[in-house]
Amino acid sequence: MIRFIQKIGRLFLGFLATTGKLTLFTFQSLSAGLRPPYYPRQILRQLSDIGYYSLPVVGLTALFTGMVLALQSYTGFSRFSASGAVATVVVLSVTRELAPVLAGLMVAGRIGAAMAAEIGTMRVTEQIDALSMLSTNPLKYLVAPRLIAGVTMLPLLVIVADIIGVFGGYLVSIYKLGFNPGHYLKQTFDYLKAIDVISGLVKAAVFGFFIALMGCYQGYHSKGGAQGVGMATTNAVVSASILILLFNYLLTAIFFDK
Amino acid sequence: MTNTRLTLKNVHKSFGAKKVLQGITLDVHEGESLVVIGGSGTGKSVMLKCILGLLPADTGSIILDGQELVKSSESVLEAARQKISMLFQGSALFDSLPVWENVAFGLLQEKYINRPEGKALAIKKLAAVGMPKEVADLYPAELSGGMQRRVALARAIASDPKMIFFDEPTTGLDPIMAGVINDLIRTSVRELGATAITITHDMASARRIADRVAMIYQGQIIWQGPIKDIEHSNNPYIEQFIHGRTEGPIQIDVS
Repeated sequence: MIRFIQKIGRLFLGFLATTGKLTLFTFQSLSAGLRPPYYPRQILRQLSDIGYYSLPVVGLTALFTGMVLALQSYTGFSRFSASGAVATVVVLSVTRELAPVLAGLMVAGRIGAAMAAEIGTMRVTEQIDALSMLSTNPLKYLVAPRLIAGVTMLPLLVIVADIIGVFGGYLVSIYKLGFNPGHYLKQTFDYLKAIDVISGLVKAAVFGFFIALMGCYQGYHSKGGAQGVGMATTNAVVSASILILLFNYLLTAIFFDK
Repeated sequence: MTNTRLTLKNVHKSFGAKKVLQGITLDVHEGESLVVIGGSGTGKSVMLKCILGLLPADTGSIILDGQELVKSSESVLEAARQKISMLFQGSALFDSLPVWENVAFGLLQEKYINRPEGKALAIKKLAAVGMPKEVADLYPAELSGGMQRRVALARAIASDPKMIFFDEPTTGLDPIMAGVINDLIRTSVRELGATAITITHDMASARRIADRVAMIYQGQIIWQGPIKDIEHSNNPYIEQFIHGRTEGPIQIDVS
């Protein structure tokens, strides 16, 4: 019994310690990133890694999501003859929820893992110590550019995902379900408000921040060779995914509070 | 003896319950080449990292050029790190950058030079360690371990430092390449007039590089003296270590 309580206590203390370490890491990285010197080359590299090279995977995800959404809502809604709402359902679901969440999860898998692996390898091969020795703050050189790229690129990706997702729904509705194109587009935009898109973009910026933060944090604190780097990679993806889902709910609750 | 540049007094460092440094006391004089020998896991690397502030020492005092480093602010540590350069155990070259950018990295960051000047300087430094200029545009992964170590040495001497740390400079190299690295260390330290601390368990390397030797065992310095005295130190620990005996006061935990 005592041992059981000890275990709970240890887990709880470990959780508190990690939260503290993560908070400290976040503040140190932010304050390092705000002060010069800045590293434009590093920032550009991260912008293209996160933004440009994630386009195919995010685009495909959005396309199929929009398509399946149109198909599902049509077959479901036609049971109570509400199939006219398909266009509205597609555009609201995509912009508010699916584009930011799915883009976030895909980028967490693609980029968060890569960040943790790269920074983790730099840690275990002493490259991070070498940076400190060559008058370079590793938080500034490695972490800040990734945070900047995450926060700025995810919203751009989500704009693209919004368009492609709605387009996917349009394709299925017109060519498979036989909707009238003009009528469908009118319905798409009639009920769409600015807040629907903006809330999605704000979510994307927050998700981008967490993806980069978890990738960097896990990589930065990885230890013990290949196994440690592998574990950091897994942790980065899992923790970023959980944070994305958690904050998705919290942000939705804030934006659409009745 | 000339001025003391670096003084360690009773430095302790533990990781959890594991005590690594248990009261290191050591002086390093200007212009000398000190080699710290000791078995694996005795705290050699940790000692260097404590001096550099890459790991915080728990207690004790580390004084570099009159400046206390233990528990001091990040800006003091940064200033100290700027005076020292280091050759890392696994070379620790940045694998996303070409060789020349690795060599010139510190100077480019400090903005003393622009990129073309950096490249020219890198080629000069590479030549100093016997590397042709074609290597400058290669990436570290395209080089052998020995060549990487030489590039790392070029990077360590690029800023003409007055103090250099070498962390097991010959580990993982064949004896001939190890000899080349030893000679390069010897000549570059002498040309720069630098103070050098080398940690190693390679006695051939220690004999080539050292003016003075200190032996670390169980987190403490148990013997120090000029390299010529090491053969007749009458210290059972030293005797066992330099002859690689399995019998003696140093117990290796093989279980």
